[in-house]
Amino acid sequence: MDEKDLELLRILEENSRLSADEIAIMTNLSTAEVENRVHALEAAQVIKRYSTVINWELAGNGEVSAVIELKVSPERDYGYDRIAERLSRFRQVKTLRLMTGTYDLQLVVTGKNMQEVSRFVSEHVAPMDRIRETATHIIMKSYKENGHTLFEQQESERLPYSF
Amino acid sequence: MRNFISDRAKEIPPSGIRKFFDLALTMDNVISLGVGEPDFRTPWNICESSIYSIEQGTTSYTSNKGLQSLRDALSRYLGQHYNLPYTSNDEIIITSGVSEGLDIAIRSIVDPGDEVAIAQPSYVSYAPCVTLSGGKPVPIRCTEKDHFKLNPEALLESITPKTKALIINFPNNPTGAVMNAGDLKAIADIVIDKDILLISDEVYAELTYEGSHVAAATVSDLWERTITLNGFSKAYAMTGWRIGYLCAPKELCDAALKIHQYIMLCAPVMGQVGALEALRSAEEDKNNMVNEYRLRRNMIVAGLNRIGLSCHVPDGAFYAFPSVKKTGLSDVEFAERLLREQKVAVVPGSVFGDGGEDHLRCAYAVSRKDLTEALSRMETFISGL
Repeated sequence: MDEKDLELLRILEENSRLSADEIAIMTNLSTAEVENRVHALEAAQVIKRYSTVINWELAGNGEVSAVIELKVSPERDYGYDRIAERLSRFRQVKTLRLMTGTYDLQLVVTGKNMQEVSRFVSEHVAPMDRIRETATHIIMKSYKENGHTLFEQQESERLPYSF
Repeated sequence: MRNFISDRAKEIPPSGIRKFFDLALTMDNVISLGVGEPDFRTPWNICESSIYSIEQGTTSYTSNKGLQSLRDALSRYLGQHYNLPYTSNDEIIITSGVSEGLDIAIRSIVDPGDEVAIAQPSYVSYAPCVTLSGGKPVPIRCTEKDHFKLNPEALLESITPKTKALIINFPNNPTGAVMNAGDLKAIADIVIDKDILLISDEVYAELTYEGSHVAAATVSDLWERTITLNGFSKAYAMTGWRIGYLCAPKELCDAALKIHQYIMLCAPVMGQVGALEALRSAEEDKNNMVNEYRLRRNMIVAGLNRIGLSCHVPDGAFYAFPSVKKTGLSDVEFAERLLREQKVAVVPGSVFGDGGEDHLRCAYAVSRKDLTEALSRMETFISGL
């Protein structure tokens, strides 16, 4: 991993739809070198996947997301790993992290509606062994996702010419 | 009624792009590569800190020189980044943008009849400011052959016994040219030998893409005869905040301060607070913006050369300066027709003085998407010629 790799990652994180040709021009690399480097980063799992930041509120599909905090009793020899891996296999779990502080695991869960999310928590998450406590926080509105603001910002008035 | 306009005001030519400006305002869907300011918003930490200071009631005048805390921070910053040893108490004045710094620098050194050599193509206000002081601007032509650096022989030819000062601006608006230590050494030898003063406008210093910026005052013994001008507009996307600074040895700084205190009193305090925050916490924001400009520079230079407008690689600022010579059109004709026919705004190079003719200033302080679209429209325009 060198400075050029980091530059490629920054470019792709911002917009993964750029072609190798376009990236080559921006970075002064050859197209082949961009492709080779990106393949190597993919093979090393540094690049996990290419996804899209979507403003679901505008898409209007009515999906509901919740942040769920879990207090968990860790297992001898495994700590939180096995239960975290188990939870992360659920399609509904979009994000799962081990946290410092008053609880242990944090999940972001998405469902078609509030009922689906609460059913998922009460039927699948809460009854699991070693889970001592759950707290579910419904996300009311998202203002920023993965570095991208989701609210309208006023265009600033820019002159057509200035020196 | 008498004509009240002063001879000096009459002497200043009207803006070279007035008609373009008026035309562009009547059109929709114009992509402008004609703007000399960042397209980024000011980093939020800077805005937030200024807003908070207003809430706290920080709305009064500051010291003429500017906030002590800002001058202290600036003194440290200039020392660490550019090896410039300006002391915060005697050698730094916070100005209302570099424009004011330039004005008071020139007014504090130019007497009627003095000649001031100006490396051109250059920012458009240098010559008028000299004229307003009763001085005579003497352009020195920088050429494409020299990658628009100031050629020492051309400098030597322009100097007469009446020459008081030389104004340079590197990284350069409009050419993007940069002077390295060796280039500046050759200029320094002449400036010192001829006993003239140097005004170095380094407002694009942070936007240097290859190697690091060399401050003119650090070269040879230039320090004692250099006024360094800089500001926050370009590096931190703070154009509307109007915060610049003038740095010079005490005697020069004192003279500039006398003028500053009467014409400006002090730079706006909310801008100064924002500038202080920029130095404290916006290094990474600045670096991210500079990295983005570098990527766009590579895009625009490759694009211009591909569509047949030969363009050197600019090492600094955010301007590409391609030649239109091969198209058979003058820079003014090219810029006007490009605006009318393809709705892309660029500035004809001749507006920037000697050496600018047959070139265009294309600012790449626009999104990559707009840059790509502008290049595609320019290609359509050229293929239709």
